[in-house]
Amino acid sequence: MISVRNVHKRFGSQVVLDGVSIEIEPGKTTTVVGPSGVGKSVLLKLIMGIMTPDSGEILIGGENITKARSEAAKNDIRQQLGVLFQSAALFDSLTIYDNIAFPLLERSGLSSSKAHTKVLEIAESLSLGAYLTNYPEQVSIGIRKRVGMARALITEPKILLVDEPNTGLDPLDGQEVYDLINACKNQWGFTGLVISHELPEVFQVSERVAMILGGKIIAEGTPAEMIASADPAVQQFLNGRTDGPIKIQ
Amino acid sequence: MNLVSATERFGSLVINSTEQWGRSWIFLYRTVLALIKPPYRPYLYLQQLMMIGVNSTLVIALIGLFTGAVLAVQGEYTLAKFGATAYTGPAVALSLIRELGPVLTALMLIGRAGSAVTAELGIMRITEQVDALRSMAVDPIKYLMAPRLAAGLIAMPLLCGIFNVVGIFGGYCVAVGLLGLSPGTFMSEMTSAVGIVDVKSGFIKSAVFGLIFGWVSCYKGYTCGFGAQGVNKATTQSVVTASVAVLIVDYFLTSVLTRVFMD
Ligand SMILES: Nc1ncnc2c1ncn2[C@@H]1O[C@H](COP(=O)(O)OP(=O)(O)O)[C@@H](O)[C@H]1O
Ligand SMILES: [Mg+2]
Repeated sequence: MISVRNVHKRFGSQVVLDGVSIEIEPGKTTTVVGPSGVGKSVLLKLIMGIMTPDSGEILIGGENITKARSEAAKNDIRQQLGVLFQSAALFDSLTIYDNIAFPLLERSGLSSSKAHTKVLEIAESLSLGAYLTNYPEQVSIGIRKRVGMARALITEPKILLVDEPNTGLDPLDGQEVYDLINACKNQWGFTGLVISHELPEVFQVSERVAMILGGKIIAEGTPAEMIASADPAVQQFLNGRTDGPIKIQ
Repeated sequence: MNLVSATERFGSLVINSTEQWGRSWIFLYRTVLALIKPPYRPYLYLQQLMMIGVNSTLVIALIGLFTGAVLAVQGEYTLAKFGATAYTGPAVALSLIRELGPVLTALMLIGRAGSAVTAELGIMRITEQVDALRSMAVDPIKYLMAPRLAAGLIAMPLLCGIFNVVGIFGGYCVAVGLLGLSPGTFMSEMTSAVGIVDVKSGFIKSAVFGLIFGWVSCYKGYTCGFGAQGVNKATTQSVVTASVAVLIVDYFLTSVLTRVFMD
């Protein structure tokens, strides 16, 4: 569904991604894990086509977003994506209703009456009905994440990208986001790509796991395979130890 | 600091500022292009006109009133030395229309609305709202920048007009009410001294300042760095850059316009 092929990305002299290749299988949720600052968010932005790799290419549903010449061509490919951002990234000048309706009105060009039905539908299934007239800053971060999910899924994308589902949340809110991802997966059946450093909690939404370190994918497998992995870096990261091959900066 | 590292620093400074300069022109080009192309989303433009223009009216009128008033006091004082207090009216009006109206309106708007535009865009950037727009196939240049640029361009000359009218009223009140000049002389000397070229040149200046206002405050917000510090820096830079640019451009534009409108 998503093919990342030998992608390199550097900022000035800092090499962030140094030949990352990964296949995201359709219908499954893959999680990319790794310590903070290894370039997980950068990888996500490359997939969204918001950043361009220095070399290598990225295919989404068979279409090459790296080679897309114009912004319009990229936008066509982006139709397949829904994104749940780390802090939800809701537009704070719009109400929650308008936030959810935004992609329908601005991207799909739906009439506002058609959009209205869809917004109410998705708000109903994510229990957001009570908050529709509020502004994002008036509700808790847990609810903002749910609104972000509604905004991401309302165009029924084939792929859902999630950046750090529970960073900055307390354990209860965090658990709620994981449950939300699983529930939405059952209802909408998307291909998922989750980015996280929260181990092993994030395994409950993962069917495949890949670990990124030093600009490369160093291990890949099912959650069970990762837990059983003999790789010292994987074990160090899983168990949260400070001694081992991963250097803390 | 030795010579090599000094040279190195100077070199990177030159390269960086040249790059910024080039980027800001590309940014302006893309924003203007986005203004022209449909879809137009008129409500976004109205919203920005409201925030940048309408909400600044009161403060612009207030400083206009006092600027006109102080010009009358200073003008009368200076002209009295030549026995020419009859020309206080033209002195007030010409100073306002040709120079102080456009410049002070621009500086005030930069301080009041330019900083707000930069801070808002900067926060949208660091909270990934700009990325969210792009991920939803909405061009942030079109959705965020174009309405603000247009609003600055439209609001600036209009606010300047208000500034001038209120300023002349303030000057009139002081000159006639407090300094005892004849109201007839004030008005008739003023209307005969002020020509349409003065109004035109003030208007052109104001429109150019409006462009600088929108361009700088949008660009600084759009290129804002990481974190709260990034927003802080962008906002300060936006206000300083725009104010300095207005004053520098003012000199050259005034020289050119005075030439152009002379014959
Ligand atoms: N736009 C950018 N410009 C320069 N450096 C960046 C940019 N975005 C990310 N980086 C750098 O890339 C590295 C990886 O960042 P990121 O992908 O956000 O890490 P994480 O894995 O925690 O999500 C960091 O060192 C960060 O400073
Ligand atoms: Mg990150």
